[in-house]
Amino acid sequence: MNPVSTPAAPVVTHPSTGLQPGEGAPGTMREHHDHHELGFLSKYVFSVDHKIIGLQFLFSGLVFLVLGGLMAMAIRYQLAWPWKPMPGLSWMFPATGGAITPEFYTMLFTMHGTIMIFFVIIPLLTGAFGNFLIPLMIGAPDMAFPKLNMFGYWAMWPAFVLILMGFFVEGGHAAGGWTSYPPLSTIESAAPGSLSGQTYWLMSLTWVGVSSMMGAVNYVTTIVKMRAPGMTMMRMPLSVWGLLIAAFLQLFALPVLTAASIMQLLDRVIDTGFFTPTNLIVNNLTPDSFAHGMPAAAAGGQPLLWQHLFWFYSHPAVYILVVPAMGFTSDILAVHARKPIFGYKPMVYSMAAIAGLGFIVWGHHMFTSGMNPALGMSFMVATIMIALPSAIKVFNWLGTLWGGRIRLNTPMLFAIGFVSMFIIGGLSGIWMAATPVDIYIHDTYIVVAHFHYVVFAGSMFAIFSAIYHWYPKMFGRVMNETLGKIHFVGTFIFTNCTFYMMHQLGVAGLMRRTADPYAYDVYAHLQPLNEFITLSAFCMFVWQIFFVVNFFHSLFWGMRVGRNPWQANSLEWDAPSPPGHGNFDAPLLVHRGPYEYSSPEVAEDYLPQTRAV
Amino acid sequence: MRLIASLLLLAVPILGVYTFMTAADHDWWFPPAYSTFAPDIDWLFDFIMYMVAFTFIVTEVALAWFVFKYSAKRNDKGVFTHGSHKLEMIWTAIPAVALLVIAFTQMETFAKIKFASGFPTQGRFTREKPIAQVWASQFDWRTRYPGDDGVLGTVDDLEASYEFVVPVNEDIVFELRSRDVIHSWFVPEFRLKQDALPGHTIPVWFNATKEGSYDLVCAELCGWGHYKMSGRVRVVSAQEFDAYQADLKAKWFSNGKE
Repeated sequence: MNPVSTPAAPVVTHPSTGLQPGEGAPGTMREHHDHHELGFLSKYVFSVDHKIIGLQFLFSGLVFLVLGGLMAMAIRYQLAWPWKPMPGLSWMFPATGGAITPEFYTMLFTMHGTIMIFFVIIPLLTGAFGNFLIPLMIGAPDMAFPKLNMFGYWAMWPAFVLILMGFFVEGGHAAGGWTSYPPLSTIESAAPGSLSGQTYWLMSLTWVGVSSMMGAVNYVTTIVKMRAPGMTMMRMPLSVWGLLIAAFLQLFALPVLTAASIMQLLDRVIDTGFFTPTNLIVNNLTPDSFAHGMPAAAAGGQPLLWQHLFWFYSHPAVYILVVPAMGFTSDILAVHARKPIFGYKPMVYSMAAIAGLGFIVWGHHMFTSGMNPALGMSFMVATIMIALPSAIKVFNWLGTLWGGRIRLNTPMLFAIGFVSMFIIGGLSGIWMAATPVDIYIHDTYIVVAHFHYVVFAGSMFAIFSAIYHWYPKMFGRVMNETLGKIHFVGTFIFTNCTFYMMHQLGVAGLMRRTADPYAYDVYAHLQPLNEFITLSAFCMFVWQIFFVVNFFHSLFWGMRVGRNPWQANSLEWDAPSPPGHGNFDAPLLVHRGPYEYSSPEVAEDYLPQTRAV
Repeated sequence: MRLIASLLLLAVPILGVYTFMTAADHDWWFPPAYSTFAPDIDWLFDFIMYMVAFTFIVTEVALAWFVFKYSAKRNDKGVFTHGSHKLEMIWTAIPAVALLVIAFTQMETFAKIKFASGFPTQGRFTREKPIAQVWASQFDWRTRYPGDDGVLGTVDDLEASYEFVVPVNEDIVFELRSRDVIHSWFVPEFRLKQDALPGHTIPVWFNATKEGSYDLVCAELCGWGHYKMSGRVRVVSAQEFDAYQADLKAKWFSNGKE
């Protein structure tokens, strides 16, 4: 088809900047008559450019990843060698000579979970890649609301400050688990971390929620209203679908968490007693001496109410952590297998089904909580059925690889690693969903193995894969392949050594969140296995040096590449690398879906969405 | 890289299955099952495990094989296909049936353990006449027996710390309560876990099949001392249980005199 004969595209104008696609990029009309140099502050700090905001999320997420990882190492140290001083760390803990105290241990796993979920994985997936990819992949010059987007990142800063301040308050940071079950988290005499650390925790999470909410509104609006001409919903890359579905999850689930955390904040600050039952005696203190001398004797609250509200958000949040990762993996597998994604529509529908079912399964966290056991039955059926869309996705990924011409570069290796380990994480979930089995394995290490296989081996591998894959678009250079492959091989081996063996601990009944499990006769024999896991985890942590070196080295000395180094189809590869302000330097017209690899229509094995044939 | 990647991917199912098959030899497996419903739970775990293992092996081996086969250097194009409606139908319908089978197989055992209708109605201990009230608080377990009158909350109640003594081979019903935060009553050998919820009285039942002394583990984070909130459940013969009650009564009402 001749490009001239295509119908004139409707003009898409940016709602707030008035820009049309293509305007504003370097070397275009707009730059000539509206030439302005941005200062450092307005370019990198108070930026309204979705790409810079994406990079801001990326860098802050990676910084918190180091912090969360260090905490994981301390947790692992304690589990392998309980109460032994950590070598070289006596300056940090002068009172104990470097040993971890029980209250510090509870704080460590609380903050490890909090930071990894709310400050690493969600910001990296939706904040960094959501921002960077959505406008580029749908052919928009920027987000629908660039200022709101900027506020979305800046709302993270109060959260950063509050979550870090919490470490320095009396009693230390929140120590009620990342789930923060009341009354442990609401009553000051219940735990040192409940003195004021928990208040900082709640305020910080509320800010994270504000940020996610602004992001979600922006993503949905941008995807619905700002697609380039010809970009129908069913021509969008699966990454965009994953991010759209995750944004809907946040829109519907986050208000509940925000309400719940404000209720818990009120319980803590003005003794409202939403979650505090009547007649507690905590730490031998009479009810009158709770918190601020206000009588809590007739509090009349329900601890289970918090669990329902918390999990109504936090179970969908688990899918916010994985659905975009599934989208990235689908795209990266198709590009590097040089094959169309197998079953595009089933892939979209299964992501939507995971998200939809995700709203009616929260009770599977509460099978042993004292909730009406009859509810457990319906939650079990819904939860087990989530394995169905997950299985469909795995089969379609395998179908995508089948008959492909696979290029085993680093992004592809990490994407394949995601599939391999998501299978494990998905399948082990069935045990947890089964109510009678869960009576035994609830809160054991088999649960820890399960969610680390989904969130670390799954989402984090997808994030690594996405960084290697879209790095050329972000910085105009590719990362080093040799270092990348070394990074993959070691990370894959040590991740499996670390988390696979946790299944065994769980079957043996070992409880999570236990600082020194060997005090129990029934767990005493598990210490050698825990030592093995700890050593594997240390190796995995140290191995990330290959990634850090590669990331920063390539930033300055990586090989320069053009627009489309992977010979990929989707729209972001039509933009310059890195794209200027406004993204595209020519008007876009989308002719087809993003997965026409190895098409017989053209001589090459790829066929970009914008090329007319 | 092609060979390394395929071998790495193939190692996952091989070592994964090997680990599970040899786990019992290393004692990385279930502790012995000493309650009437513990074997049922183990059976359901195994049932899911075999179905899961089948899927795990098939998908992981296929993944390793595809990576090996299709990453070979070739100059032609890949297979141009957007999917197959028939295949999608097959791999939706079969797992759906398998998953529903798994879900419905579980229900009876869960109902037996947790539903009101599953609670024992015959025998010495029922929901109306529980053997004891077990109180959890930071960081200990206390057992309150009803004493001679068989009624809890009266002056002849007997209390024991850290220890919960029950007769063997008898349906035991007890009430679980918490004084402060949420705790959880867990005995690995009985495969039984139930949270103790402040403000609620939760009935729990089990039937221990072997005499002995078992770790009672707190299974819900309850504060800095969570790791050491241990207790013992001692399963004894019916005669020993009666003797224990008499002994406890003598101690409880001795006013400190030997």
